[in-house]
Amino acid sequence: MIPGQFEYVRPADLTEALRILKDREGEAKLLSGGYSLLPLIKLRLAQPALLVDLRDVTGLDAISETDDDLRIGARATHRQVHEAAVVRDHYPLLRDVTAVIGDPQVRNWGTIGGSVAHADPASDWPAVLLATRATIVCRSQAGERVIAARDFFLDTFTTAIEPTEVLTEIRIPRRPRGAGGAYAKLERKVGDFATVAVASMIVLGAGGRIERAGIGLTAVAEAPFAATDAEAVLVGNAPSEELFRRAGAAAAAQSRPAGDVRGPIEYKRAMATELTVRSLRSAVDRARAYA
Amino acid sequence: MTTHHITVTVNGEVREADVEPRLLLVHFLRDTLGLTGTHVGCDTSNCGACTVHIDGESAKSCTRLAVQVDGCQIKTIEGMADEPHLHPLQQAFWDQHGLQCGFCTPGMIMQAAWLLGQNADPSETEIREGISGNLCRCTGYVNIVKSIQQAAAEMRAAAATQTGAPVAAG
Repeated sequence: MIPGQFEYVRPADLTEALRILKDREGEAKLLSGGYSLLPLIKLRLAQPALLVDLRDVTGLDAISETDDDLRIGARATHRQVHEAAVVRDHYPLLRDVTAVIGDPQVRNWGTIGGSVAHADPASDWPAVLLATRATIVCRSQAGERVIAARDFFLDTFTTAIEPTEVLTEIRIPRRPRGAGGAYAKLERKVGDFATVAVASMIVLGAGGRIERAGIGLTAVAEAPFAATDAEAVLVGNAPSEELFRRAGAAAAAQSRPAGDVRGPIEYKRAMATELTVRSLRSAVDRARAYA
Repeated sequence: MTTHHITVTVNGEVREADVEPRLLLVHFLRDTLGLTGTHVGCDTSNCGACTVHIDGESAKSCTRLAVQVDGCQIKTIEGMADEPHLHPLQQAFWDQHGLQCGFCTPGMIMQAAWLLGQNADPSETEIREGISGNLCRCTGYVNIVKSIQQAAAEMRAAAATQTGAPVAAG
C-alpha cells in the first residue's frame, strides 16, 4: 500500500515543533514511533497534510519516580518502559502491558505517548491509565496542561489533546504499599489487538478490605472507559470470588461492544466479565504481596 | 511534491537519494537500492517479512518512512554473510531446514539476529516470544526454533574462542 502525499518536517526541538503545530493548526500530525499512525496513513484512513517527526526532540523519554508519581516521558518506547528498573521492581501492572503490546519490533520503536495520543479504541495503554487514574501532560505555546486520563479519551481515535499541543508525559500515581494492579488481555493470537482487555488497580486498607479500586476496559466500547459501577461494587468490601464476579458483571454491563471478526456482542460481554475477574484476582494477590 | 535528500548507511555502505516523504523504507531498499532480499509480506506490520535493523534495533520496514531513517545505520539480509561464509543463522536455517518457501526467511533471520544480540542463550520460550512478530505459513516454526538454537550455540562458542573465556549461560 502506498500512502497518499504529505509534507514532512523534522523539528530540532520541542519549541520548533510547537511553533509548527501553531502555524499549521489542524493540518499536522505528530509522528513518533509510527506503528499506529503509518498503518492508518497507508490504509488512507488518515491523510494528514503534514507529518511532524519528533525523532530529534530529545528529553521526552525519561522514566522516573517522584514522591507522587511514576513519570514516563511520551517518547519512551514500550520496551524502555518494560526494561526500566523502577517499573520492573514496583509496577507489575505496567509490565503486564509492555509484554503484550504488538510484537518485539513494535515494542522496539512504538512509544507510550504515541499510543495514548492515537487512542485506538482497542489499544492497551488507555485501560491502564484509566485504572490507575493517571494524568496526561500536554504542552503548547500557551503552556502546559495536565489532563486526567478519565477526561482524556473522548471517542474513537479522539482525545482531549488540542491540535496545537504535544503530549509530553504520562504520570501514574505512585504505588503505595498494599496496592496492586494487573492487566488481563484476551487476544486471538499473539500480537493482535485485544478482543477484550481489563486493567485493575486495587488498594487494600485496614482489615484487608478494598479501600480504592480502579478498572479500565479496552476494545469493548467506542473508546476505552473506566468501569465506575464495578469500582463502586468493590470499594469497602473484602475481596472474594463472589465480589469479583459481581464487579465483572457490572463492568460488562457498562460495556458497549461491537460484533466483529473478534466475536459477537454477547461473547465479548461474557469475556469482559471473565477478564475483569481475572485481573482483579491477580491485582489483589499483588496488593497482598506488597504490604 | 517536495523531495528530501537522505543519507543512509546500508550494510556499511553510504547511500544517498532524493525521496518523497511517503516512500516507505522497504520500497527504498527494494526499488531504489535494489536490495530485494527484504520482502513485503502483509504490508500491515503483522508478518515481519520486512524486518531489518535500524541503528541495531529490529524494525518492520513496511511501517517506516525512508525519510525517518535519514542518518541511520540499516542492516538487511544482504549484509549478514561474511563472504564467502554464510552467517551462522543462514547456515543454521539451511542445516535445520528452517524454511520451505523461504518468503519469511530474511525477516526471520534478521529478527533472530536481533534476539541473539539481546540474549546469547535464549530458552525455547524466549526464542518463540522473540520471533512472535514474524509469521511463517510453511514450517510450523519447529525447525526455525531449532535453527536459531543451532546458531546461538555456534555464536556462543565462537565468542568464547575469541575471548578465551567461557560464556555465562542465560
